[in-house]
Amino acid sequence: MRILTCVKRVPAPGARINLTEDQRAIDARHLSFTVSPHEECAVEEGIRLREANGGTVTVLTLGPAESDEQLRYAISVGADTAELILTDGEEWDPQSTANALASRIKDLEAEGQAFDLILFGNESADAGGYQVGIRVAHLLGRPIITGIKGLQVEQQTVVARREVESGFEVYRLPLPAVVAVKEGINLPRYPTLPGRLKAKKAEVANLGPAVGIGGGLQMRMLRTPKEQQTVTTVLGRGADAAPAVVDLLAELGLLR
Amino acid sequence: MSRVMVFVGDQPGEIESQAITLGHSLGSVEAVVLGDVTIAGLNRVWSVQHPLLSDYAPEAIAEALAQLVGREMPAAVIAAGTERGNEVMAHLGALLDLPLASNIVSVDASDDDWELTRVRWGGSLLEEATLSAFVKLLTVAPHSQPAFAGSGDPEVTIFTPEIDDSLARTRVTERVTVEAGISLTTAPVVVSGGRGVGSAEGFATLEQLANLLGGAVGCSRVVTNNGWRSHRDQVGQTGTRIAPSLYIACGISGAIQHWVGMMAAKKVLAINTDPDAPMVTKADYAVIGDLHEILPAIVDEVKRRKGLE
Repeated sequence: MRILTCVKRVPAPGARINLTEDQRAIDARHLSFTVSPHEECAVEEGIRLREANGGTVTVLTLGPAESDEQLRYAISVGADTAELILTDGEEWDPQSTANALASRIKDLEAEGQAFDLILFGNESADAGGYQVGIRVAHLLGRPIITGIKGLQVEQQTVVARREVESGFEVYRLPLPAVVAVKEGINLPRYPTLPGRLKAKKAEVANLGPAVGIGGGLQMRMLRTPKEQQTVTTVLGRGADAAPAVVDLLAELGLLR
Repeated sequence: MSRVMVFVGDQPGEIESQAITLGHSLGSVEAVVLGDVTIAGLNRVWSVQHPLLSDYAPEAIAEALAQLVGREMPAAVIAAGTERGNEVMAHLGALLDLPLASNIVSVDASDDDWELTRVRWGGSLLEEATLSAFVKLLTVAPHSQPAFAGSGDPEVTIFTPEIDDSLARTRVTERVTVEAGISLTTAPVVVSGGRGVGSAEGFATLEQLANLLGGAVGCSRVVTNNGWRSHRDQVGQTGTRIAPSLYIACGISGAIQHWVGMMAAKKVLAINTDPDAPMVTKADYAVIGDLHEILPAIVDEVKRRKGLE
């Protein structure tokens, strides 16, 4: 089974995000970077599927030269090969990103690597556009389902589970297919020492630099939302505060 | 006045109603529904009817929308920034090769190009962007608008799209019901635990309190990463977004990725040993101390007042 997982380099979750002076980007100087959380699970899921069914896992990203770090991380946890589509550093809009990814995937497939399954994270942690995977699937003429928290491959079908309030929905897509997964589908493994050594020596195919063709959605600037000033009422300390808490519950009509 | 289509699907809820509110600020709203759903207070409702659309099928829905848009040429198509709303609109954007601005909080539509603000990082950062397109596609960030309320029956027009059977490839084929308990998204009160709870067993008191209050149990990302709770319970950017009447945060420090998942809560009560934790300083109410002592005391007091002891 040939699997391709697409990832994006983003600042590590939990980091405090500061903006550059021109407010066109985030200030990366004091940040550590990672693979976007849903995509970390997509990498893991690809590796698990390969372990169960045989085959290969390729990881693909579009981003600045530093994205090499995220591709090597994917290799250190078990991906076989990695490809970087190098950008000029500016963030690309979702349409340009999808076009470049789909075009590279077509080239890879023309070179003989037809992918049975292409995995995405549901949305990137930073831009959160919720669309690159879907656009790539359309460009390749393949079915896609997003928001997936359970995946199985049965012969030529991928069975995908999506969590909803009452339980889950099941989708059955014919392969080749594209699936966008969410955190919770698995618990990603940590890199092993041999994995790290392999990642260090791995060759990352580096294509580019590519130029994004401006789509119809152009980011102008970023800003931090105004923090609401909240006055915190301290109801007390320790167990003695219990009656005051229950007074509050009653006041809010929750004690019925 | 420009025509704005708002896709609300087959089960319009509060979030879809918020999308209608945003639509009203841009023009005359026409809702697009699946099946026999109607929305009071609008002039027109498009009822999309097709056998393939009897259950959720994002590709087929987007195909139907693309046909309706092609025929009617509205200025914009809007949907709620829900899992389904974002998914259907991304398919529509791909089908029509149009840009999609997801999770927007405000729009200035005074020029041909629209200036809009959308959320990034789940809401901890805002992006000012320009959207240029023949038909503008948007999804609306949940809880960024008030709900729409109107009265009067709309004119309902049935629209029957032509949908190829092959698009059934992405359609719900089966539904499995997992639990009948109170769901995280609809619970009036959520008792949520973080690293401070310390273990899977530590959640027993949170469960007790949630049960007594008719609420649900939530947790932070560190809890699911430690395997203490299922990811289904995770509140935050990569988990569930909720808006309960009261959010009780027990031993949760309040990292921004958690905060964006529960910032729509009407009131927040933080229980934490650290009075300087972000969750405490941003909460409406706080109790400082060890949750393992405080929660059992609250449980006992609730039982006493309810006459259960």
